[in-house]
Amino acid sequence: MAVLEAVRLCKHFPARRGIFGGSNGTVRAVDDISFAIEPGQTLGIVGESGCGKTTTAKLVLGLEQPSGGSIRFDGRDLDDLDTAGRRHYRKSVQAVFQDPYASLNPRMRIAHIIAEPLVTNEKLSADDVRKRVRQLLDLVGLPEHAADLFPHEFSGGQRQRIAIARALALSPRLVVLDEPVSALDVSIRAQILNLLGDLQAELGLSYLFIAHDLAAVAHMSHSIVVMYLGKIVESGEARVLALAPKHPYTRALFSAALPIHPDEQQAETILKGEVPSPLNPPAGCHFHPRCPHAMPRCGVEEPALVNVSGSLVACHLFDAGMEFGKSMHAAM
Amino acid sequence: MSNSTLSSVSSESRRPFALVANRPLLELRNLSTHYVSAQGTRVVRAVDDVTLSIDPGKTLGIVGESGSGKSTLALTILRVLPPAARIVSGQMLFEGEDLVRKSDAEMRQIRGKRIAMILQDPMASLNPLFTVGDQIAEMMRVHEGTARATAWRRAIDLLKSVRIASPHTRVTQHPHEMSGGMRQRIVGAIGISCEPRLLIADEPTTSLDLTIQAQYLNLLRDLQREHGLGLIFITHNLGIVAKMCDQLAVMYAGRVVESGPVSRIFNAPAHPYTAALLNSIPRMGANRQRLTAIDGQPPNLASLPGGCAFAPRCPQAFDRCRMEAPPSIALGDGQTARCWLAPAMAGTATRTGVQ
Repeated sequence: MAVLEAVRLCKHFPARRGIFGGSNGTVRAVDDISFAIEPGQTLGIVGESGCGKTTTAKLVLGLEQPSGGSIRFDGRDLDDLDTAGRRHYRKSVQAVFQDPYASLNPRMRIAHIIAEPLVTNEKLSADDVRKRVRQLLDLVGLPEHAADLFPHEFSGGQRQRIAIARALALSPRLVVLDEPVSALDVSIRAQILNLLGDLQAELGLSYLFIAHDLAAVAHMSHSIVVMYLGKIVESGEARVLALAPKHPYTRALFSAALPIHPDEQQAETILKGEVPSPLNPPAGCHFHPRCPHAMPRCGVEEPALVNVSGSLVACHLFDAGMEFGKSMHAAM
Repeated sequence: MSNSTLSSVSSESRRPFALVANRPLLELRNLSTHYVSAQGTRVVRAVDDVTLSIDPGKTLGIVGESGSGKSTLALTILRVLPPAARIVSGQMLFEGEDLVRKSDAEMRQIRGKRIAMILQDPMASLNPLFTVGDQIAEMMRVHEGTARATAWRRAIDLLKSVRIASPHTRVTQHPHEMSGGMRQRIVGAIGISCEPRLLIADEPTTSLDLTIQAQYLNLLRDLQREHGLGLIFITHNLGIVAKMCDQLAVMYAGRVVESGPVSRIFNAPAHPYTAALLNSIPRMGANRQRLTAIDGQPPNLASLPGGCAFAPRCPQAFDRCRMEAPPSIALGDGQTARCWLAPAMAGTATRTGVQ
């Protein structure tokens, strides 16, 4: 059974004008998305700014309340949980954020930072807390004496290790990783990605991995969800999706990813224009104004997610019986 | 789109660059820039003995981690260093003239006109109080004494050449009315407004989304071809280097540890740091395999280890590395590396002498 399942999840924000202005329209930050995170697996979410990936993370962390749909944890709807159930949920889902310079309190010692979730959530003796902190520091590869130091005494990579130790303090089932390596130096990123991989194997953690670095997401994830303006345009197994993307947006996104070798100059699909305002998204398929394969139908009718050889794709090119979709798929 | 418009307006001011094609556009010789503390007791060697060159119309990528000195190098070339920094030695030959010896007034003539720069954050490099038209025109009015109306017309042409839709409306707008990608293109338009010979781009796409980054990189490449621009790309992203650059210089702790043609370095890196960097990038196809990480942390420039700065993190370090910093060793085909093992690592390359 999936650790966490989102069913037709929505989050709409009212858009206001001025200080006292009334609502004029809604921003559908997350619009009817469904996904599941399996035990011990990583789900990657990719998309450009404004696509709703951070809102999705906030919904999963319980920092925002969904305006529609539901989140199920271990098969139980979050709305049906009582206070103790909610508390258990919040302990089981933890987060690591992008910027370890902002996410650690500069006035607290490391031992205090890592112990804080333990102190607020569990009734442990001071001795047990110290033991657990030592254990956690060891787990993330930091020396024991790090406990007595302050965050400013550490480099970015080490700080991210501290943030990971804090996230693991309550032995969560799911960790939300929101751009965990993008603030780090190139030579440090591989260290942290390896650490996250090791911890997953060792502790059976599930990850919700959000990043704009496609190669890192493809590397870390078992399955990937691609979002555009609040909607899922494609989802599927990571390898399949990264090597043979189907939706025109996914293909443009992956072709925009930078090569890792100068000889590897792939055919590029450069998209026209920019992501439209989420306040007033285009009718039909949100992507059609930028899509190189747009048809008249795309501007009218919104495509549904359909199963195309194992992946889910929301595109009219792949609707049943569309020869173009088939031939395009065969050509890849 | 309308590149012909741009070149026609300014063709009379164009310098014949074909005549000097055999001379490097910019040549740095043993350049060092140090930050000195107020008492002069502490010295940080941010740029240390850097020798590099870039040919007209070519692209040089400078790669390094934060604190490796790559941005200080860019500021040194433009001579816009903070007060604590000094150029302590070396030469910067730009079209044959040594920029180190130029007076401040002479540098003002060069900056923006012959060497332009694009910074990482377009919101910080644009003035929020002026229209983008004013900001593009300012450059031409200052450097070329262009009349207000002419400069304004050229600003519109420049907006077209950086592919901004409806330039006649956009030219009267302020930076906050535009998206990040558009702002960065405005900065690009300002950069090329006086037809510079060299454009320095310091992490120009870090704040942009992926599809917008691809648009912008293509735009830069087109502008470079049309105007025969030399381009210096400062980045921490080896992907950008693979896509855009002809030459590459890898910086570590203020020094260029390896330099040479991009394809040569990607195929046969001669410095262990370059090799480790190339191996640590996640690859699309290789799902959930362990990455080859580089152990340890980037060094603190204020307290560098003796000998080779990379030695504490280097898997191949031996005693000599910790005692003595290796010089820049030429490996043939324009490749150099600061590593005792470089001649062996470059394989077939023979040691042709120490620079």
